[in-house]
Amino acid sequence: MHSKTLVIRTAGTNCDYETVNAFKVCGAEQVDLVHINSLLSKEVNIMNYQIVAIPGGFSYGDDVSAGKILANEIKYKLYDALGKYIAAKRLIIGICNGFQVLVRTGLLPGFEGVDELEFTTLAHNVSGKFEARWLHLRTEDSKCIFTRKNKPVIYLPIAHGEGNFVTLNKKVLDKIKANKQIVFRYCDRKGKVISFPENPNGSQEAIAGICNPDGNILGLMPHPERYMTRYNHPRWTREDLPEEGDGVFIFRNAVEFAKKYL
Amino acid sequence: MKYFKTIQILKADDKKLTEISRSGLLSLNLAEMKVVQAYFKKKKRNPTDVELETIAQTWSEHCKHKSFGAKVTYNGKVMNNLIKETIFKVTQELDRDWCVSVFKDNAGIIKFDNKNCIAFKVETHNHPSAIEPYGGAGTGIGGVIRDIMGVGLGAKPVLNTDVFCFGPLDTPYEKLVEGTLHPKRVFKGVVSGVRDYGNRMGIPTANGAVIFEEGYSCNPLVYCGTVGILPVDKCFKSVKPGDIILSIGGKTGRDGIHGATFSSIALDKDTEVSAVQIGNPIVEKKALDVQLKARDLKLYRAVTDCGAGGYSSAVGEMGEETGAKVFLERIPLKYDGLSPWEIWVSEAQERMVFAVPIDKLNQFLKLCVSENVEATIIGEFTNTKKLELFYGKVKVCDIDMSFVHGGGPKFELEATWNLKHNEEPANLPSGNLGASLKNILADPSVASKEWIIRQYDHEVQGGSIIKPLQGCVNDGPGDACVTRPDLTSKKGVAVGNGINPRYGMIDPYWMAAGNIDEALRNIVAVGADIDKIAILDNFCWGNPQKPDEMGGLTRACIACYDIAKEYGTPFISGKDSLNNEYMDSATGRRIAIPGTLLISSISVLEDFRKTCSMDLKKDGNLIYVIGETFNEVGGSIYYKTLGSIGNSVPKVDAKTGKKIFKAVNAGIKSGAIVSCHDCSEGGIGAAAAEMAFAGGLGAAIGLANVPGAENISRDDLVLFSESHTRFLVEVEHASAGKFEEIFKGLKVARIGKVTKEEKLVVDGVKGGRVVNESIGALKEAWQAPLRNP
Repeated sequence: MHSKTLVIRTAGTNCDYETVNAFKVCGAEQVDLVHINSLLSKEVNIMNYQIVAIPGGFSYGDDVSAGKILANEIKYKLYDALGKYIAAKRLIIGICNGFQVLVRTGLLPGFEGVDELEFTTLAHNVSGKFEARWLHLRTEDSKCIFTRKNKPVIYLPIAHGEGNFVTLNKKVLDKIKANKQIVFRYCDRKGKVISFPENPNGSQEAIAGICNPDGNILGLMPHPERYMTRYNHPRWTREDLPEEGDGVFIFRNAVEFAKKYL
Repeated sequence: MKYFKTIQILKADDKKLTEISRSGLLSLNLAEMKVVQAYFKKKKRNPTDVELETIAQTWSEHCKHKSFGAKVTYNGKVMNNLIKETIFKVTQELDRDWCVSVFKDNAGIIKFDNKNCIAFKVETHNHPSAIEPYGGAGTGIGGVIRDIMGVGLGAKPVLNTDVFCFGPLDTPYEKLVEGTLHPKRVFKGVVSGVRDYGNRMGIPTANGAVIFEEGYSCNPLVYCGTVGILPVDKCFKSVKPGDIILSIGGKTGRDGIHGATFSSIALDKDTEVSAVQIGNPIVEKKALDVQLKARDLKLYRAVTDCGAGGYSSAVGEMGEETGAKVFLERIPLKYDGLSPWEIWVSEAQERMVFAVPIDKLNQFLKLCVSENVEATIIGEFTNTKKLELFYGKVKVCDIDMSFVHGGGPKFELEATWNLKHNEEPANLPSGNLGASLKNILADPSVASKEWIIRQYDHEVQGGSIIKPLQGCVNDGPGDACVTRPDLTSKKGVAVGNGINPRYGMIDPYWMAAGNIDEALRNIVAVGADIDKIAILDNFCWGNPQKPDEMGGLTRACIACYDIAKEYGTPFISGKDSLNNEYMDSATGRRIAIPGTLLISSISVLEDFRKTCSMDLKKDGNLIYVIGETFNEVGGSIYYKTLGSIGNSVPKVDAKTGKKIFKAVNAGIKSGAIVSCHDCSEGGIGAAAAEMAFAGGLGAAIGLANVPGAENISRDDLVLFSESHTRFLVEVEHASAGKFEEIFKGLKVARIGKVTKEEKLVVDGVKGGRVVNESIGALKEAWQAPLRNP
C-alpha cells in the first residue's frame, strides 16, 4: 500500500512549497510537485498516485473567476484519468484556491461523481476585501477521510478574497447536510458556530470546508499547511501549545489512510 | 521605412543642446550633452535616437546615482565621492565574512547556512505612485521582486516589506495642489496595488510602516522590499562572448517609456501617465517558476531583470565587459507601432534577460514551452565591447560599452548645512497625561495598521514565526517579523525598519543615526544579534542641485558612516530616489519632500525559537526600562500632537548602544526576557500602552526610577521622550537575578509590574498619578483612526 502524493501546480499557484512540506512532514513516501501541463501531456500519470493536492494561490490570476480556468483544464482535458482516479476512491485535497477549483470542476460536492452543474460556489467575501487572519474551526461529524482523527476545534489561518460558500438552493444545502458532507464550520474558541460578521466571509451556515459523499475528496478555505508546528501559531510566545500544529492531522490522516488502504 | 531618427547635435550650440535634452525628456544636463557631442564628433556622425536614448537611460540619476557618486563640497570640505567615502566605506572597513555580495548586484547577499544565502533589496517607486497609485505601487513591488530574481543566478522571494509615506488623509480638497491626487486616493491605491501584486506572487508581506506628513502630499513615497533565498553556489554570474541573449516573460509595450529619466526630474501637472508601467503578477510568477527550474538545471550563466531603462539597462549591464548585439525586431510586442528606440527603453514589466550557453539553449526553450512562458532569442553577447542594435538589417545603434558605462562626466555638487531654530510648543500640557497619551496613539503614523496588514497575506509559504500583529487577540503592533525561509532548517530571518522624517526636519545627521538605531533595535527586540545584522539604505530626497538639499543628504550619509561603523553593521545594498519635488504651476513654487531615509535591517537567527514578542504575558511579572532617557522630544510624536517640531532631536550613542543590544540579545536567548518592545514614537508611554493592550493585561509603572529622569524636570518629557536605544521588557520574578546580572553596568531600572487590572497606571517622577487609563480606551484610541479609512 502506498502514499505517493502529487501536488499540482500551474501559473499562479503559490502555496505549493508548504503543501509539499506538509505531506513530507506527515510521512508521505514520495511527494511530486508537477505542472498541470505534464498531466495534460500524459508525461505524468495521475494513477501513479494515491493522494492529489491542489494547493492555494491564484491559478491563472483567478481571471474569469477564482479557480475556473484550472478547473476547466482538469474537468475537460483530464476527464478520463480523473474518472478512474476517483472511481478507485483515492484521495484529493483542495486548499483555498484548490477548494475553488474542486467546486468549479464539480468534484465537490460531487453528488454524481463529477457534477455537471456547479451546485455550490465560493463567492466574494461579504466584506468585499481580501482578508488574512487566524480562525477556529469546528470539525463536523462527516465521512471525510482527512478528519478521521481530529480535534473537535482547530485553529488555522485563512487568506482569501473569495471564500463565501454558497449553495445553489436549499435542496443542495439539505443534501450536503444529509450526506454528512460538511467537514468544517467557522466557530469561536469554544466551538460555537459564528455567523457573519464574525464568520470571515459570510459563508452559508459558516461552512469552511466540505467533502464529497464518499469522503475521499476534501476542499477547505483555511490553510492547514501553514500550521505544522507550534511556532506558526500567532500566540506561541504566550500560550502552552502542543509541539504539532493543528494542520498536521489533516495530512497525516490522508497519508495513514493511503498507506493502509490504497 | 526609416527605423530611426538622426539627432543633429554635432553643430548644436549650448542652447540647442539643452533644448534637445529637454524636449526629448533625456534628463541630461549641458555638461553631459557636451560629452555626448564630443563623442560623436570623434565618430564623425550624429547619433541616432536609439543611441541618445540608451545614453540618457544609462546615465539617468535613477540608474547611475550621479549625485551620490559626486564630488561634494560640504561646508567647505571636499569629498571626492560621497557614497564611497561614507556608506561603502562602512562595509569595506567592517569586512564581515558573512557578507557574500554587496552593492554590485541587484541585491545584497549574506550567508544563511551551509546550503543557502539570503538576498535583500529595497526599492522605491515614488513618481509612478504619485500619478497612478495602483499601477505605480504594484509595479514597484513587482520590480523589487525581479531584483531578487535577478540577483546572482536568481533567488526565490520569501518575504516582502513595504513602507509608505503619504500626506494626511484628512487634507481638505481646497488645499490640494493642482494636478495632485488626494492623499486618501493615493493611500488606498498604493495599498491595493501592493496587495494585488504581492498576494498573487505568493510572497508574505510581514513587515512595514506607514508615515503621514504634510510634506508627502504632492510626492508620496512607496518603498518596497523583498528578501530571497538562494543556494550558496548561485550567488555570482558571468557572461561569455557567444552566449545567447534570451528574454522571457512579458511582452514589450509603450508603458513605462522614460521611467528612468522621468523619475530623475520633478513632477508637475502635465506629467504623463504613460511613464507608468502596467503590471501582471501571474506573468512574473510563471517566469519565476521557470527560472528557478532552469537555474537548478544550470541552463544559464547570468540573469538580470528589465527594470528602469528596460532592455537598454539589462543588456547594457550584462554586456558591459563583452559587448552585445541585439535584434530589436525579434522582441515580442504587445501591439504594433513601437519605434526601435521605444522597444529598447520601454520599461514594460515582467521581463527577465538571460545569458544562455548555446548548448543549453534548446533545453531552456523547451522548459519555457512546458510552462507556457514566452521566451525569445533577442541577440548574443559578443567580444567587440560594443553595443550594436539592429532593426532588421539596419543598424540603429553602434556605440562603445565603455562610453555608455563610463563616459559620463562626474558631478560636482555644493552642499551647505546650517542648523535652523524651530519653534518650541507654546504651552506644554500640565497634570494628567492620559489625554496626551491617547493623542499620541491616535496619530496616524502610530495608529494600528491592521486594516492594511490583513489585506496582505503574511502567512503564505508557511514560515511565519513572529507576525506583524501579536498578542492575546492577535492585534498588537510587533517590532519586526521573523520568518523561516527554509522549512527544513532551524534558522530564521528577522527583518525590521527605521524611518522618521521628523528628526530630519531638525537635523538629517541625527535622523539617519536614529533610523539606523531604530532599524537595529526593532530586530534586536525579536532576538537578532547585533554582530549579525546587515542594513540597507534608501534615500528619498529633493533636488541635489540645491546646496541645502545636498547639505542635508551629505550629513545623513556621514551619520550612516559614523553610526553603522560603531555598531558594526555593514550596508549591503541601497538605493536613492532624488528630485522628489513637485512644480506647483499656480504659484511657481517647487514643493520638496522632507529628506527621508529608510534603513532596513536583516539578520539570520541561529534558532527561530529563540525569539520574543511584544505583548505582556502574565500579571505579577516585572517591567524594566533599558537605556537612558534624555530630554529629547524634538521631532517627537508628542510635539507633533502639539503642532511643533522643536529642537531637542534624539541623539545616538552607539558605543553604549552596542552593549545594550548585546545584553538584550542575551536576555532573550536565556529566556529571562519574556516580552520586549522598543521605545520609538511616543517613547515609554506608547510602548507601555501597546504592550499592555496587546497582552490584555494592565501595567503599573513609575517614572521616578527611569534612568535619566533625575535630569528631566517634567513627567511628560520623561514619558514621551524618544531617546534611542531603549526598550521596555517584561521579566519573570524568578529570572530577575539572571536578568540584572546580564545588564550589570548598563542603565537599566525596574519601573513597575504587570497587573491583572486592565489599566495603565503611571506615577510621575515626584510621585502623583499622571496616567490612569483603561487599556480598552487606549486600544480604542490606537485602533479607531485607521480602522476603516
